[in-house]
Amino acid sequence: MNPVALYNHDAPISAAQQHQFDPYEMNGGSSLVIKGADYCLIASDTRQSDGYKINSRYVPKAFKLTETAVLATSGFSADGLALFKKLSQNLEWYKHAHDKVMSTPAIAQMLSNTLYYKRFFPYYTFCLLGGIDEQGRGVSYSYDPLGSYGAEPYKSVGHKNQQGVQRTDMSLDTAISIAKDAFTSASERDI
Amino acid sequence: MDHFSQGNINYPPQPRSDAFSDPTTQTLNPIVVGSSVLAIKYKDGVMLAADTLASFGSLARFRDCERLYRVGDFTVLGASGDISDFQYTTHLLDTLVVEEYYTNDGHVLKPPNIYEYLSRLTYGKRNKFDPLLNSYVIGGFDGGEGFLGYVGHLGTSYQSSTIATGIGAHIAQPILRKVVEGRENTITEEEAIQVLEDCEKILYCRDGRSLNYYQRAKITAQGVEISGPHKVEGDWQYGVKFGKYGNFK
Repeated sequence: MNPVALYNHDAPISAAQQHQFDPYEMNGGSSLVIKGADYCLIASDTRQSDGYKINSRYVPKAFKLTETAVLATSGFSADGLALFKKLSQNLEWYKHAHDKVMSTPAIAQMLSNTLYYKRFFPYYTFCLLGGIDEQGRGVSYSYDPLGSYGAEPYKSVGHKNQQGVQRTDMSLDTAISIAKDAFTSASERDI
Repeated sequence: MDHFSQGNINYPPQPRSDAFSDPTTQTLNPIVVGSSVLAIKYKDGVMLAADTLASFGSLARFRDCERLYRVGDFTVLGASGDISDFQYTTHLLDTLVVEEYYTNDGHVLKPPNIYEYLSRLTYGKRNKFDPLLNSYVIGGFDGGEGFLGYVGHLGTSYQSSTIATGIGAHIAQPILRKVVEGRENTITEEEAIQVLEDCEKILYCRDGRSLNYYQRAKITAQGVEISGPHKVEGDWQYGVKFGKYGNFK
């Protein structure tokens, strides 16, 4: 074979065809947390969707971690579930190692570490963590997928509008009714 | 002088798997693929349906491909997507069932176990960037009631009383939901067969990668029964014919 033919620059050059695998999916969902002096309210909708498709109307994404801590996720459902399983396992190990249940503020730090551990292949989850601390006060934290977190008195993720809100101290009953209203109006707008 | 290369231009071997190199992958392009799987819960358990076509691009390559597979005594696995990945999965499940059998401790794999196994398998493979390119439907009977779950190629999973994969998720799912939701415990076997057959017929007319032969699986307290292939008659009259479900007028 004429070696020159191998370097025929007149031939049309087609770009190499590459298939890029996307390991993520957005399954939607919205969650909210409201903390009070002696309570913490965490709520999540139970819809799992994929684009315009609704997969199921009952797939819970708020998970009980301990008697005093609840994790609410949204984003990629498989990552949310894997994250919950990882946290549960760590909590189990902690219980056997220290003979006590991890406190909610400690879980908050552990969640941040767990998310950041996967900094270069992140869990695509928007987390809220709420619960009661060791003094019986309500505590709540919000996270980005990489693990940045902060304590916040109230927070919503997903399709809830949080613009122009003001902080008011309220009773648990008021908080529950506000949460229900928020989910009602969110579900009217989010298809 | 290099005495060891033996003509291998890649000698000495270069590190392949540092953090910045591409991961090893096998199939990122599905080749021979199956189309929709449909499934519903009904009075006696769960019923699944899938046509028997395995397409090679737009070529209807294998017209006798069985995409419903029995796993253990009370589970049927249905798959759409890459057939070779599906066959690999059935191989893994067979191995698992045999292991459970010779352990001989009275424990058998139940539908929720298989559902969990498949969701961990697919999620694990997606984490390695080597996904199983299938959508799985797990139908079974456990604890006196039907079990119906879905597992996607990224590890996404959910349970629902109606499930449809592929283009069936767009075309058949609304019909199945209209008929089944809220009536899971009243739908008779005849009714279940009818709605699945209607959906297979509509899919045969609308889905260019479908076939007019399908298999049906029934999982009840009595166990698994896979039947077929059943034939559906294409109806190429004007679309008002499908107005039965109020979708097309």
